[in-house]
Amino acid sequence: MEDVILEYIRNEYLEDDDDDVELDADTPLISSGIVDSFSMVSLKRFLEKKYDISLPDEDASAEAFDSVRSIITVVKKHGGGGE
Amino acid sequence: MAYSGTLKQAYRSELNTIEEKGLLKEERYIHSPQAAHIEVEFPQGADLKPVINLCANNYLGLSSHPEVIEAAHQALDARGYGLSSVRFICGTQDIHRELEGRLTEFLRTEDTILFPSCLDANAGVFEAVLGPEDVIISDRLVHASIVDGIRLCKAVTDTYKHANMQHLEQKLEEHQDKRARMIVTDGVFSMDGDLAPLDEIVALGERYDAMVFVDDSHGTGFIGKTGRGVHEHFGVMGQIDVITTTLGKALGGASGGCVSGRKEVVELCRQRARPYLFSNTMAPPIVAGALKVIEILSRSTERRDTLEENTKFWRNGLTEAGFVIRDGESPIVPVMLFNAKLAQDIARDLYAQGIYVIGFFFPVVPQGQARIRTQLSADHDLPMLEQALDAFRKVGEKYGILGLDKKGIIEKYGM
Repeated sequence: MEDVILEYIRNEYLEDDDDDVELDADTPLISSGIVDSFSMVSLKRFLEKKYDISLPDEDASAEAFDSVRSIITVVKKHGGGGE
Repeated sequence: MAYSGTLKQAYRSELNTIEEKGLLKEERYIHSPQAAHIEVEFPQGADLKPVINLCANNYLGLSSHPEVIEAAHQALDARGYGLSSVRFICGTQDIHRELEGRLTEFLRTEDTILFPSCLDANAGVFEAVLGPEDVIISDRLVHASIVDGIRLCKAVTDTYKHANMQHLEQKLEEHQDKRARMIVTDGVFSMDGDLAPLDEIVALGERYDAMVFVDDSHGTGFIGKTGRGVHEHFGVMGQIDVITTTLGKALGGASGGCVSGRKEVVELCRQRARPYLFSNTMAPPIVAGALKVIEILSRSTERRDTLEENTKFWRNGLTEAGFVIRDGESPIVPVMLFNAKLAQDIARDLYAQGIYVIGFFFPVVPQGQARIRTQLSADHDLPMLEQALDAFRKVGEKYGILGLDKKGIIEKYGM
């Protein structure tokens, strides 16, 4: 799941010339400006579709989405990821 | 009063942190009217220094134009200094409505409403026309005032990669379930000087039933053959649903802004936009000055033509000298230095040589993209620009960056 979400974030949020941005499961996403808070809707929609879950707004907060690791926690909490 | 020692200490410590990071903004005192040549006191208490100004938004050189000043003087005598009212109580003079009409003609829209500033226009317009059933899809590099305006609105938000039409199209497809879609972009992006591809954006708006919003604050008055803005440049005049722009840059540079576009959008702003309803009307001398500016621009394209020539000369000169600049055709020409300290050092050295420019770095521009943003004016002449180029060459040589590309500069100075 980690790789899938990392790949999505790379494609969706990084520009082509952002090749020097290092991205791993612990990289801050929203507080660092990689993911702008206005487009969290896309990330939420992607997770819901991909893992066939429904995320309530209070769980799709800027804090919960601030790293791939915490995103995985949220997805699993809602029964996504098959584990 | 309850300004506790603890709170005072906390604020002091925040200010110290800003200063320690080298991010403290200091104001320089200018003792002359805004122009290509100005006299500056910096640091505070220093002797006045005459410098060539390369960082004003005075694109058309109208900020201190004699005809504009005279018009403002006349209005001061005939209509007074201020109105002490918001528009809908007793703050609308005939000249306010006249200016709205002239802006409508100039921008080729259906109607216009004035705001105290373009920041206020952006703060009010989204909330006035969009709600939770709608979506705003904005370019990721739009101006901070648009970001604030979107935050005040209850619409769903989404963004697309800067000027990336494929990504925008994908977002428009995703949001077909909403009542209304609004694509939001700057006309000219203020930090990079590039133009939004409005022809493609309008086409996508039509295909996916989306309104198009453009903040043309850095384009109105000089982009396009007759200076109407980025929509003229791309041949889509009359097809932009909402234009916001400012009177505080090319159009005289005093203050004021507007929302111009579809009649119903403008009327809803008049009824609902909070910065319009709860803030003072524009002062009569400023309204009269702006009317004169529109008259000057409608009479001749000479000023925007001169600006275009100056821009070409400056862009060529910097490129030939070996600087890395952002490509484009607008009079915003960023000289890329990537490293924040380098940008500050070079700006300081240029000031010593009589060239007034400012280094920009994070958080105003993304990390690792520090630069000196130069801005041209129709008031510059070739000898001034030659002198400025000489100074840039000298300083570039001193720091050994001439002829280096992005990689070379970063290798030498880091990000």
